[in-house]
Amino acid sequence: MGREGEVVSQLLPGFEKAHPGIKVQVQQIPWSAAHEKLLTAYVGEATPDIAMLGNTWVPEFVALDALEPLDSRVAQSKELPKSDYFQGIWDTNTVDGVTYGIPWYVDTRVIFYRSDLLANAGCPQMPSTWAAWRQCMVQLKSKMNDHQYPLLIPITEWPPIVILGLQAGSPILRDDGRFGGFSQPQFMKGFDFYVSLFRDGLAPPFAGTEISNLYQEFERGNIAMYISGPWQIGEFTNRLPKNLQDKWMTATLPGVDGPGVSLAGGASLSLFRGSKHKTEAWQLMEYLSRPDVQVEFHKLTGDLPARRTAWNDPLLANNKYMKAFRDQLERAVPTPKVPEWEQIATKVFEHGERAVRGRQTPQQAMQALDRDVDVILDKRRFLMDRKAGK
Amino acid sequence: MSKLKIPSEANTAAWFFLTPALVLIGVFFFLPVAASLLLSVTDFDLYGIANPGNTRFVGFENYSRLLRTPDFWQALKNTFYFAVVGGPLTIAVSLGAALLLSSKLVRFKSFFRTIYFTPFVTTLVAVAIVWKYLYHTRYGLFNYALGAIGIGPIDWLGDPHWAMPAIILMAVWKSFGYNMLIFIAGLQAIPEDLYDAAEIDGASAWRRFFSITLPMLAPTLVFVSVITMIGYFQLFAEPYVMTQGGPLRSTTSVVLLMYEEGFRWWRMGYAAAIAFVLFIVILLATLVQFRLQKERT
Repeated sequence: MGREGEVVSQLLPGFEKAHPGIKVQVQQIPWSAAHEKLLTAYVGEATPDIAMLGNTWVPEFVALDALEPLDSRVAQSKELPKSDYFQGIWDTNTVDGVTYGIPWYVDTRVIFYRSDLLANAGCPQMPSTWAAWRQCMVQLKSKMNDHQYPLLIPITEWPPIVILGLQAGSPILRDDGRFGGFSQPQFMKGFDFYVSLFRDGLAPPFAGTEISNLYQEFERGNIAMYISGPWQIGEFTNRLPKNLQDKWMTATLPGVDGPGVSLAGGASLSLFRGSKHKTEAWQLMEYLSRPDVQVEFHKLTGDLPARRTAWNDPLLANNKYMKAFRDQLERAVPTPKVPEWEQIATKVFEHGERAVRGRQTPQQAMQALDRDVDVILDKRRFLMDRKAGK
Repeated sequence: MSKLKIPSEANTAAWFFLTPALVLIGVFFFLPVAASLLLSVTDFDLYGIANPGNTRFVGFENYSRLLRTPDFWQALKNTFYFAVVGGPLTIAVSLGAALLLSSKLVRFKSFFRTIYFTPFVTTLVAVAIVWKYLYHTRYGLFNYALGAIGIGPIDWLGDPHWAMPAIILMAVWKSFGYNMLIFIAGLQAIPEDLYDAAEIDGASAWRRFFSITLPMLAPTLVFVSVITMIGYFQLFAEPYVMTQGGPLRSTTSVVLLMYEEGFRWWRMGYAAAIAFVLFIVILLATLVQFRLQKERT
């Protein structure tokens, strides 16, 4: 899928050489069409042997009973030591304790910041607690004009809201994913913090489209911090002018009382139940998971490897911007593993936006969100209750 | 009305000849419609795809939930906006083009006819992608032209107020050629001597248009407006390719909403209910148009 689909064919000659007799056919699909295509393939009983799945899709395909459980294969494999994987990332691939995917590459969110502006405002280091972070933003704001903001969080994105909730200890959904837990005290703690950043003028209430050129805003000092993912390292390196190159840095996310968690994102390789070549397909999954192949894959795509061993490669170990990602991956946690998650996620920012714009109080907005989410989860509750009744 | 007596053997023969057509209509029209009607009273979804036993009969719950959903009303509003503004605009532009091309003063008629008709036969998705570039805030042709006359850049597809007008503009450009051809055919059917007589009586060009052209074109006009409106109520590909229904759901049409529910979230039962509501809306709108037409004549 996407860029990964384009470059994976460059990794395959090595596999086909090591396993004569196996010929791999790659079908590339743009990300936007992939989800639909795979579901249609499932309905038409034309699933591939292996597919790359966004790791939030795994629960959905598990609900369809489309994926092969992998635990016994993993246990027998010499190539795939489970302990070498970041735990939170591995966890995104398990549903009810059964593993359905092998992490292929990982993705998480960290803070990108202007180190010179922070130092100037009296925070030589990126703070690691909410209180210190907030204090640092207040100090930054006092040195800024009305159009400058310490932090940019696009209000049309759900990850920042969910991350803060997770940091405050919310399980996001309650009762084993039967109901939304957004108006519960833990999530509210994170959400109140989120809304207060806008209310106190520390972050601008901008949707993604109102920032025409993020790098320019960053360069001009109109924004000092930005929460984003690994793809931005390349962008910041290429787009910021030379004189700014030693003035930006990445840092792990602050948490309530100490370093906070972030989202465990990325993509996995999954084996389809309908595959007729499971042994061969598994060999390919093992091959693509080898640390040297993972490093090669990183060189081709910029995607972050899922295995700690691969991170020891000098290419990653010596990149100072990568360090925050390496650390953050040790504290990455999955979003709720229910098939309805993607739909819930789109609701999160819709309701979050209402609170940010002051149309509702944070409590009202999250109660409304819970009502929407409970409707979405209605079918799940019915099925769980029916199963329990049996 | 006198009753026609049909001998019964002719009746059998008639049925015999009608059967192929009826079977085709039955299999490809009535059966799917009945199936989706059935679907719309169930909660068939992703879990139902995995195991049909996970599907529940929910009666009219899908419909009542739909009517309680703000997203649906927003989509309906957007669709009406598109049809009510875009429809008449398309008809006006195509009638204008048809009158222009029927005028005796214009030369190279077939050349212009071909040019105007070309957008209609091009692929919508390809066109939508090109127009997306034209609408680009910084590099697009439209803002370049507006900039030349001193009007600041408009965020055509990013601003909730401008996104729908931008889509209407493109849709009008895309579809006026077809209506234009039908109008030209209609205009050619108007006897020339009517105009000659009017001219002798000293009627102005406006007068001739309102007293001869428009009344004589009435049947064509009804046909064109009904067809255009039905097509416009099914707005889908333009926002799907250009805006994905955004910004702030300002270009989410009913069909796009149905697509999202059905093929993004896989709530097929709910999506089928949306389809039926849209069917009823189009039916009502068509009846209203026929009614208006009848009152006029």
